[in-house]
Amino acid sequence: MLRNRRKLLHRATPALLLAPGLLLFLVVIVFSALRTFWISLHVWDGFGDMAWAGLANYVELWGDPQFWVSLRNNVIWLVVFLLAPPLGLAIALLVNQKIRSMRLAKSLFFMPLVLSTVTVGVIFVWFYDPTYGLLALIFDAFGGTAPAVLSSDTWVTLAVVFAALWPQVAFCMVLFLAGLNNLDEEIIGAGRVDNARGWQMLRHVVLPQLRQVAFIAVAISMIGALRSFDIIAVMTSGGPFGSSTNLAYQMYEESLFSYRFGYGAALATVLFAIMMVFIVWYLIRLLRDERGA
Amino acid sequence: MYPRQIPESRPASRLLYATGVWAVLLLWLMPVFAIILTAFRTFEDVMAGNYWGWPTEINFWGNLTAVFTQTDMLDYFVNSLIITIPSTVLVLVLSTMTGYVLSRHRFPGATLLFSVFIAGNFLPQQVFMIPVRDLMVSLGLYDTFGALIIFHVAFQTGFATLFMRNFIAALPHELFQAARAEGASPWQILIQIVVPLVRPALAALAILLFTFIWNDYFWAIVLTQTDAVKPVTAGLANLRGEWVSSWNVVSAATLFVAIPPVVMFFLMQRHFVAGLTMGAVKG
Repeated sequence: MLRNRRKLLHRATPALLLAPGLLLFLVVIVFSALRTFWISLHVWDGFGDMAWAGLANYVELWGDPQFWVSLRNNVIWLVVFLLAPPLGLAIALLVNQKIRSMRLAKSLFFMPLVLSTVTVGVIFVWFYDPTYGLLALIFDAFGGTAPAVLSSDTWVTLAVVFAALWPQVAFCMVLFLAGLNNLDEEIIGAGRVDNARGWQMLRHVVLPQLRQVAFIAVAISMIGALRSFDIIAVMTSGGPFGSSTNLAYQMYEESLFSYRFGYGAALATVLFAIMMVFIVWYLIRLLRDERGA
Repeated sequence: MYPRQIPESRPASRLLYATGVWAVLLLWLMPVFAIILTAFRTFEDVMAGNYWGWPTEINFWGNLTAVFTQTDMLDYFVNSLIITIPSTVLVLVLSTMTGYVLSRHRFPGATLLFSVFIAGNFLPQQVFMIPVRDLMVSLGLYDTFGALIIFHVAFQTGFATLFMRNFIAALPHELFQAARAEGASPWQILIQIVVPLVRPALAALAILLFTFIWNDYFWAIVLTQTDAVKPVTAGLANLRGEWVSSWNVVSAATLFVAIPPVVMFFLMQRHFVAGLTMGAVKG
């Protein structure tokens, strides 16, 4: 009898250990994500009752010029963030030398990664300051006048993305440094014996071994680009005149400033759908690698 | 190693190389230096447009005093600690349990659960913003520390589970077999075998979590309203609005916000890097 009870307890322990974390995650995160989709089919001010609206929010989205601005900006974010992996790799290659001062240099290169996005935003607003900012000084040095990038609807998104790129490059660099440390010395040695040099060596011998890391760097950069919000909020609040919003920011504004929670949820759902493409791609590769290993 | 190492027999080349790298680094960290230098400036200096040169007069203590006495940054700082520390500890506890089960027990749906943890963790925060806010309002937690703590714990548990699962899965199989052969219960295995062995992973994870949660801005502005519960990131963003042209004070405040994660990073650098790469490279 006692033994049976112990046995039962043993068998139940894993479930009991899993339960708190899992339940919390399912209720707060997963259920919420699904509920967003449900809300997007309604008109709701966030306080009263929800009124069924069917696909009306999505129809409105299609005709909303701001939505297309956001979508275009998301594409800009994605494209510019593709620079993060190669730049990160470049810096990783630069500092991967066994010289004494390199260890400190490496950690200083990581620094932007530890700063909060708010901090990065504040720093870059200042960098872009049209009268005294560093950008202005650089233009001055060449006899030009710096554009006020943060108040120009042509440049604002690029300016914000480049600010966000800074910590992202640092992240990719960390990943590539780890990858470089796991290279197969024998293959590298064989490459050297075959007289592979410089670019050839990198392309044919080193990069194939870094494929896994490169994939993760690209995936994480894409996901990072799509979820960016903080830095837009801090640097431009989506301005001037909504020209630097992305889906995440527009969603926030529609919900919390205009009290159009249904419409905001529809924007979030579109973002969700775009993101799902990347997440599924990532998961499939991940699970495949895991089975292979 | 790749790239080819500069041999030790050529100290001059090594020195030259290192100098080059440090020059690049100087450019890379230019924005940080600018903030640090400006935290040392006087207001007059800032008004005169001396943003990037050497401060004409050192006023670091003056600026810092202004941050402490004329702004609420100190209160926000304490708020951030109140939010970040319990959240980090709770996530460590929960994820050790979930990670252990997911790595050591096979059951139907384990892969699915694992995928859900990863996918949920990668979703943009805006995807669950409205329901989470609504949930906190109906629980009466909106605009309290509790709302932020619960959210951070729930969200970070996804990433942390992935992290702990990978680490525990890499522990030698024989340990678990031996323990089971001796009749240890799953609970005993967790406490007596897993916990002592995962300490380095917990250290790495703790730093990452601390940094993530400390640096959060989005949930701070979505789930709180009053200054009494706002963390430093939201405080800094407000401060910028109020002290528009006093860049010297804003810079000092910015440094103040960055101190805990930066200090933690430098103290436990190896853990931090190991954590990031373990979380990402293996998973």
